[in-house]
Amino acid sequence: MNVLAIDTSTFTMSVAVFRDGLPAGELTTHLKKNHSLRLMPAIRAVMAEADMKPEELDRIAVAEGPGSYTGVRIGVTTAKTMAWSLNIPVVGVSSLEALAANGRHFEGLVCPFFDARRGQVFTGLYRFEDGETVRVEEDRLVMFEEWLETVERCGEPVLFLSPDLAKHEGALGERSSLRAGTGAPVDHLTRASGIASAAMKKAADEAIHLFSPNYLRLAEAEAKWREAQKEKDGR
Amino acid sequence: MKDTLILGIETSCDETSAAVVRGGTEILSNVVSSQIESHKRFGGVVPEIASRHHVEQVTYILEQALEEAEVTLDEVDAIAVTEGPGLVGALLVGVNAAKALAFAKDKPLIGVHHIAGHIYANRLVEEMSFPLLSLVVSGGHTELVLMHEHGRYEVIGETRDDAVGEAYDKVARTLGLPYPGGPQIDKLSAEGEASIDLPRAWLEADSYDFSFSGLKSAVINTLHNAKQRGEEPAVADVAASFQASVVEVLVGKTMRALRERGVDRLVLAGGVAANRGLREALTAACGEAGVRLTIPPLSLCTDNAAMIAAAGAVMYERGEFAGDRLNGEPGLELDREWEQ
Ligand SMILES: [Zn+2]
Repeated sequence: MNVLAIDTSTFTMSVAVFRDGLPAGELTTHLKKNHSLRLMPAIRAVMAEADMKPEELDRIAVAEGPGSYTGVRIGVTTAKTMAWSLNIPVVGVSSLEALAANGRHFEGLVCPFFDARRGQVFTGLYRFEDGETVRVEEDRLVMFEEWLETVERCGEPVLFLSPDLAKHEGALGERSSLRAGTGAPVDHLTRASGIASAAMKKAADEAIHLFSPNYLRLAEAEAKWREAQKEKDGR
Repeated sequence: MKDTLILGIETSCDETSAAVVRGGTEILSNVVSSQIESHKRFGGVVPEIASRHHVEQVTYILEQALEEAEVTLDEVDAIAVTEGPGLVGALLVGVNAAKALAFAKDKPLIGVHHIAGHIYANRLVEEMSFPLLSLVVSGGHTELVLMHEHGRYEVIGETRDDAVGEAYDKVARTLGLPYPGGPQIDKLSAEGEASIDLPRAWLEADSYDFSFSGLKSAVINTLHNAKQRGEEPAVADVAASFQASVVEVLVGKTMRALRERGVDRLVLAGGVAANRGLREALTAACGEAGVRLTIPPLSLCTDNAAMIAAAGAVMYERGEFAGDRLNGEPGLELDREWEQ
């Protein structure tokens, strides 16, 4: 199977090409630069290096969120439009699951997270058994402090992976019973190769037009509007 | 040029649109999905919500446009997309979709200025001749654009604060009219009388620029003062007075520009072209001055992708292509320099 995989859901940008189910090329950067500007040149470069023509692709895999709204949209729009125009499936992989893949050899739980401001994080809990990814806790938006309590209760060693680790390292250190590991710097960057691997195991979604990001959070105006409606109904 | 097929994409605000235009002049399809219902409850366009809708709609709208045109993607000669100005998050969806198509199907990519699109909506109605002056009026724009040839634009006047459509929406909100307020004011104006004295912002004698924020404040003050006196001003009269001021300035400056620049061809563009008061006043003034005026049908005045494809067709002829690094540019200039 030939796959193009894309992630632009955080400051990390990663593009990978698999030929016949095996990695052929990958480009990963972690820079505070514009994904919209850089994604297509990256795709063209990796495809060219791998001697892969767009019409040779069998599917396109993309990190579908959560993450930066704009970042996720750039990846998802590119992936779904390419897939539609080539008449091949697009397969979405959770951006958190994609990052968790870096902990595939860790014995214990893997907790990927992205900072979501105001003490909140997008996070989930994963485990790897015989090369298979097992989702232990669903992806969610939660206060980091509250989430750490949940993780602590599992009583297992946990590998925390995050491009925003520096911001939350303090909170991790304060919990003495939490057997937390944080890996090497390179483990905190999502690799599109992990997305390609995950996407090859998934069933292809037929409804390409309906494919859209998994934001895990309402637009702010929408949330406020719903809150106001609730208040109105309560009265 | 005759049979060039351009696939246009427009996502700069709250319409997701795709279209196929042949030869720069003939619409084969023009599919527009308006989000107005989604934004109504917020009293205006919410950028994040607009962006979310665009992602959900984009490939579906593209497919519709090709189906209606009875054209395959392989037959398309180039992809033209609105590069800016507009809401950055919304622009990004169209731009990235266009780049994906251009790469996957190995097609040339064209980045179109949104205002160029509005002007070229006219070419879908009748061939353009030069010199030509265009009055572009919409929720985001108020501009006088002079053209001496295809694809080259000189902005001779623009708003220094609010766009005219924006002023309409703000005044409508003050009057308690539902969103979008522009059409409501236009309708009310016909019933009211322009009996309230409101200012006309002519600015410097030689300027073709516009300013509407002073007028908007004057309306708010008028309403406020009336309330203090315990009076309830007739909403229709306020609407009519506001519209009279806007139209007088728009028409006055446009006619002066035509006269001073020796142009006898005028094109009205943008969503506010639907305004009846403006159309009537402009038609009358042009009739008197012997200026040929074109106003495209409303469906081509509001944001749509056919106009983007039409403007893109001219750029295709000139070989003005974009690369993989095309980006959404919220503040894009119309009269940019092209390297020859
Ligand atoms: Zn417009």
